[in-house]
Amino acid sequence: MSSVQLFAPGHTACAGCGMPIAIKLILEGSGKDTIVVSPTGCLEVTTTRYPQSAWGVPWIHSLFENAAAVASGVERTLKVLKRDANVIVIGGDGATVDIGIGALSGMFERGHNVTYICYDNEAYMNTGVQRSSSTPYGASTTTSPAGKLSFGEDRPKKDLPAIAAAHGVPYVATASIGYPKDVINKVKKAKEIVGPKYIHVLAPCPTGWRFDGEKTIKMAKLAVETGLFPVYEMEDGVITKVKKIKDRKPVDEYLKLQGRYKHLFKDDFKDQVKKIQEIADKNAEKFGLDR
Amino acid sequence: MIKSNILKENPKMKILEGSMAVAQTVKTCKPNIVSAYPITPQTHIVEDIAQMVADGEMQADYIKVDSEFSALSALIGACATGARTYSSTTSQGLALMFEVLFNASGMRMPIVMTVVNRALSAPLNIWNDQHDSIAVRDAGWIQLYAEDNQEACDLLPIAYKVAEDKEILLPTMCCMDGFVLTHTFEPVVIPEESLVDEFLPSFRPDYVLDPENPVTIGAYGGPEIYTEFRYQQHNAMINAEEKIERAMNEFGEMFGREYNLVDGYRLDDADIVLISMGSLLGTMKDAVDDMREDGVKVGILKITSYRPFPKEKIYEKIRGIETGIVFEKDVSIGMGAGLLNDLKSSLYGKKQTPSLYGFALGLGGRDVTIDNIKDAVNKLKTSKLDDFGFINLREEVL
Ligand SMILES: Cc1ncc(C[n+]2csc(CCOP(=O)(O)OP(=O)(O)O)c2C)c(N)n1
Ligand code: SF4
Ligand SMILES: [Mg+2]
Repeated sequence: MSSVQLFAPGHTACAGCGMPIAIKLILEGSGKDTIVVSPTGCLEVTTTRYPQSAWGVPWIHSLFENAAAVASGVERTLKVLKRDANVIVIGGDGATVDIGIGALSGMFERGHNVTYICYDNEAYMNTGVQRSSSTPYGASTTTSPAGKLSFGEDRPKKDLPAIAAAHGVPYVATASIGYPKDVINKVKKAKEIVGPKYIHVLAPCPTGWRFDGEKTIKMAKLAVETGLFPVYEMEDGVITKVKKIKDRKPVDEYLKLQGRYKHLFKDDFKDQVKKIQEIADKNAEKFGLDR
Repeated sequence: MIKSNILKENPKMKILEGSMAVAQTVKTCKPNIVSAYPITPQTHIVEDIAQMVADGEMQADYIKVDSEFSALSALIGACATGARTYSSTTSQGLALMFEVLFNASGMRMPIVMTVVNRALSAPLNIWNDQHDSIAVRDAGWIQLYAEDNQEACDLLPIAYKVAEDKEILLPTMCCMDGFVLTHTFEPVVIPEESLVDEFLPSFRPDYVLDPENPVTIGAYGGPEIYTEFRYQQHNAMINAEEKIERAMNEFGEMFGREYNLVDGYRLDDADIVLISMGSLLGTMKDAVDDMREDGVKVGILKITSYRPFPKEKIYEKIRGIETGIVFEKDVSIGMGAGLLNDLKSSLYGKKQTPSLYGFALGLGGRDVTIDNIKDAVNKLKTSKLDDFGFINLREEVL
C-alpha cells in the first residue's frame, strides 16, 4: 500500500509545512502495519479534527507529555496479546525535548520496542511559536523575542540524540526532510532493530520561521549544508554514519532567509551571527562533516 | 475483631493484610497489563502484584513506569490496544495523574484502579483521609468506597464488569482507606477465580488499535462536538447506577456477599441519620449501637457509590428523618466538604429532607473514636451549630 493511503492529504497544516512531509516519509518507511502515537501539537490538531482524520493507519493521541508512555502500553499489550505491529511515536520537539522527556526517558530505559520520531520545527508552533529547548541560538520566538536588549533565544539546542544514546538506545539517528530517501531509509532501518529507537527529523515551519512556504525543502537542506543540523546515525552509542558536506555554506545564507533571524543582521547583534557560525564549525569538527 | 471460629466456619476465609487481599483479587480479574508507581500506603498492593508476576502466578505484564503520570498514560495505550488494565495509587500520585484522569475518562477507557485514600500535601502526611479521591470526583471516573477489606476486594470484579460494559465505558476507582484497611489483617474470602471468570466476561472492546482495521483514537474536538462528548459521558455515568446495582446483585447471587450503592443501618425509626463513606462506617456503627442502647434514635446511611451519586436511592433512605450528620475525611477548603455538598445539592427542593450538618474529622490520619461520633451527635442536640465544622480540633495549638 502506498503512503498516500496511509496519510491522506486532507489535513489543515499551513501551506509548505514540513511536518506532513515528514509524516509521509515516515509512513513510507514504516509501512501499513504501523500504529502511530502522537502527542498534542500541530500534527494532532491539523490531522485529526473530529470527525475527520487524515490517518490510514491506527493512530492515538492522549496528551502533550505522555506519548512515550502511551506507546509503552501499546507495545506491551501487543506482546501480551501476541499481536504484531510497528509501534512509532511521531511527536513535536516541545512534546519530546521538553515536557515529555520524563516519559521518554522511561520508555528508553525500559527497552520498549518503539521507534520514537521527533519532528523538530524548533518551537511550540501549535500555540503560537513560543521557544522550546530545541529552538536554536539566536532565533526570535514569541517567548524569546528579539528586543532592544535581546538577540532572541540565548541557549543552544538541547541535544536529545545524545541523551537518547546515553540511555543505551541501540539506534539513534538524525535526518532532515530535505533528504527524503534518507528519512525513509532510517525509519526502515529502525523497524528492523528490536528495542527503543530514536530518530530526530528536522521539519521546517514556514509560519514560525517566517520564510516563504515554497522554500521548505530548501530550508531543510540549508540547515544541513551549513552544518547547523548535522545528519548522522549512532548505533550502540557509536557514530556509524555522517552525512558529509561538500563546500559547507556560511550560516548567513540560511539565517538571512528567515524572519526569525532578521534582527541578527542589524548592527547591534552582528556578533551573534559569528557565534552561530561557531556552532556550525563546532558541529563540523565534532561530526567530521566537511568532505 | 477476629473470632476464632470464623475461619472454621468458612474454609475459604483467610486472614490477610488488606493490600495482599486486594492484590490476590486483582489476579482473579486477570488484567493483561498492570502499570503502577510506588507510594505509601499503596506500596504493598503493587509489591504483592509484582511478586505474583515474578513467580508466574499472575499472567499480567507489569510495566515498571517512571511516574504515576506515565502509569496511567501507559494504561491508556494498553486499553486502546485491547488490554484489561489495572493500577493503584494514592494522594500525591493521584494528584500527579490529574490530567490523565480526565483524559482516560474522555477517551472512555475502562481502566480500574485501587485508590488508597491518603491526605494531600502540604503539610506532607502519609496517613489516611479521603481528600485525594474526593478532589477528583469531577474527573469522570466511577468511584466506589470500601468499608472493609472484603469490600475492597469484591468491588474490583464489580468495577471491571461495569467499567467494561459497552453502554458505560468509564474508568473506575475502587477507594479504600490507607493503613486503616491496606495495612490491617482481616479475615477475607478472595473471590474464587472460576467464579470471577464466569461473572466477568473477557474484555472485547469494539475498537482497538489494529492495522487491519485502522481507527483514530483521541481526535481533536471543536466547539461543534465537544459538548456532545461530555453529554454522552455524563449520561454513561448516570446509567452506570443501574449497571452497578445489577452487577452487585449478580455478584451477591454468585458469591453470597451482598452489596448496594447505598445501605441503611438501623434507619427504620431513626430521627438522626449519620452519613459517611469508607472505613469510618465501622466506628460509626459501634457508636450507633451504643447510642441506641441509651435510647437515641440514630441510624446510618452508608454511601458505597459516590460517582455515580445515587440521588433517588439516598432520598428514599433518609426521607422524613429530622437530622443528618455527615462525617467526612475531607474538606473542600472554604466550602464544606464533598459529600455534604453533594447531598445538599441532591436534596434541594425535595420535601421531608433532613437538616444537614457536616463534620470534617480523621484528617491526615487522626484517630476517630466512638466517643468523637457520640460527642458530635450530642453537640448537635444541645447547641446551635454551623452547617459545617471540624471536630476533635486541638484548640490549644491554634
Ligand atoms: C500540559 C500542557 N501544557 C501546555 C499545553 C499547550 N500546548 C499544546 S501543543 C503545545 C506546543 C507543541 O509544541 P511541539 O511539541 O513542538 O509541536 P508543534 O506544535 O511545534 O508541532 C503546547 C505548549 C498542553 N496542551 N498541555
Ligand atoms: S504552524 Fe508551522 S508546524 Fe504548524 S502547521 Fe503551520 S507550518 Fe506546520
Ligand atoms: Mg515544535
